[in-house]
Amino acid sequence: MTLLALDRLTVRRGDCPVVDAVTVSVAAGECVGLIGPNGAGKTTLLRGALGLLPHQGQSSLTSMPGAQRARHAAWMPQSREIAWPVTVETLIALGRIPHLPRGAKPRPDDQRAIEAAIARMGLEAFRHRTATQLSGGEQARVLIARALAQDTPLLLADEPIAGLDPASQIATMQVFGRLAREGHAVIVSLHDLGLAARHCTRLLMMSAGRLIADGAPRDVLTPDHIAQVFGITGFWADTDHGPVFQPLEVTG
Amino acid sequence: MKLAALLVALCAALFVVSLTSGQVNASVGESLVALWRDDGLPLSVVMQEIRLPRALLAVMIGASLGMAGAAMQGFLRNPLAEPGLIGVSGSAALGAVLAIQTGLTLFFPLALPLAALSGAVLAVVLILLLAGPRGASITLILAGIAISALAGALTSLVLNLSPNPFAAADIVFWMMGSLADRSFDHVWLALPFMMLGWALLALSARGLDALTLGEDAAQAMGINLARLRLMLVIGTASCVGAATAVAGAVGFVGLVVPHLLRGFVGARPSSLLWASALGGAAMVLAADIAVREILPQRDLKLGVLMALVGAPLFLHLIFKTRKEMA
Repeated sequence: MTLLALDRLTVRRGDCPVVDAVTVSVAAGECVGLIGPNGAGKTTLLRGALGLLPHQGQSSLTSMPGAQRARHAAWMPQSREIAWPVTVETLIALGRIPHLPRGAKPRPDDQRAIEAAIARMGLEAFRHRTATQLSGGEQARVLIARALAQDTPLLLADEPIAGLDPASQIATMQVFGRLAREGHAVIVSLHDLGLAARHCTRLLMMSAGRLIADGAPRDVLTPDHIAQVFGITGFWADTDHGPVFQPLEVTG
Repeated sequence: MKLAALLVALCAALFVVSLTSGQVNASVGESLVALWRDDGLPLSVVMQEIRLPRALLAVMIGASLGMAGAAMQGFLRNPLAEPGLIGVSGSAALGAVLAIQTGLTLFFPLALPLAALSGAVLAVVLILLLAGPRGASITLILAGIAISALAGALTSLVLNLSPNPFAAADIVFWMMGSLADRSFDHVWLALPFMMLGWALLALSARGLDALTLGEDAAQAMGINLARLRLMLVIGTASCVGAATAVAGAVGFVGLVVPHLLRGFVGARPSSLLWASALGGAAMVLAADIAVREILPQRDLKLGVLMALVGAPLFLHLIFKTRKEMA
């Protein structure tokens, strides 16, 4: 089942296309890594797809009314904003807003989704802590849990694992992988190509607003592609522990 | 819920004290009975036509300013935001000043609040034009500052060019804010606007909660930011415009009350709305009692007292915040 379909999606800043005619579709069961150097248009692509930016071309999400879209796709922005000193539990419960009738208290279903999100991100111990007093990485995990609590078929996350410790990075990518296996679709932008190679079922590689490659990690992280897009060399190996990718040197 | 009960009880107690404080000496029981008696005795007239509208206005104005302050802070995600920020109170004051200056108030007494309301409405139209149909909250702040500055400058100009020193004195006194000598006419004039404002602000509660996560995340959760901003601007303007129209400029309530109560509601913007409404009502009631009890002969102005109490409270909050940050 297709959960996101983009058809020649283009986002311009002034005259310059920041995302240039990207056509892609993502189905249930996929954990898609969105990779590319700084300024490649990853964030703009995700925001355009959600209809948060004016754009040309089609996105299956923007044809939905806002409330319906919010029950279909959750979004974790790159800027990790927590404006008020609310408890972790309250913050995660905000993810239920699209499901609640106006002014209603969380119902048993909502409570279940909140508990599931807390459990998935391993935040039981933080539940009653004040979110603004947590460390940056902990806040990121809380915000991921918030997006999980929205319990949508599709999850879009913009650099969710940046700044997390190795254990949390791996655990988070595993959560995304598990979500995909359970029938959700996840699109996550990230800079750690090693984690992308190991945990994503599919990679989208962007450069200067264009989609350069789209496919299984081994077909995307080829020497040619990473030299052309990132200007680096890399090492790929299929091991007993699964695929391993390590960036090596800057070329030229 | 405990907080709600506490604040309601506080408001009720202060309401009774407000009804029974003033220059006519009578016991609490006597006064409250006189409220319901239709005998034309002086005490009944005082209670029904002077003190009751005064206490009601204190509640309405306090609730409006408190709620608008909480909404503004929630929307801008800034604890320093206050309802006057969008320029409505300044413009309402300008309208009132013009009504005094031109002598309109001599012809019919409601000219002043009506002119103030017109000023507020004009400010809303202007701010929506300036801030544009969509866009970040920053354009709203800038537009508000521009309108406030313009209204302030024009008010000064009116004072500057005023040929009549009595009108100038009237203007200055009116701008200090007061609830003295208000009647039910003022209640009925302000109430519809305030009720509209309360309803709009209450409807924005869920959007304000979502905004805790930033504009992008809120929008992705199905919150229509353009509509939220429209509801907020019109709601705040109705509340603050009506309050300024009947009582003059009463500052600090919208800034301090949400600050004081934020910790008690777990910082949740939607809960802070109703808590600040109740807290604001209690604060204005208390201040209006104080102006009558401290200097009964001198007509101490509500706005002046509020600023005198509000500023140190605010300083206290700064020290508290500094300690938390350290």
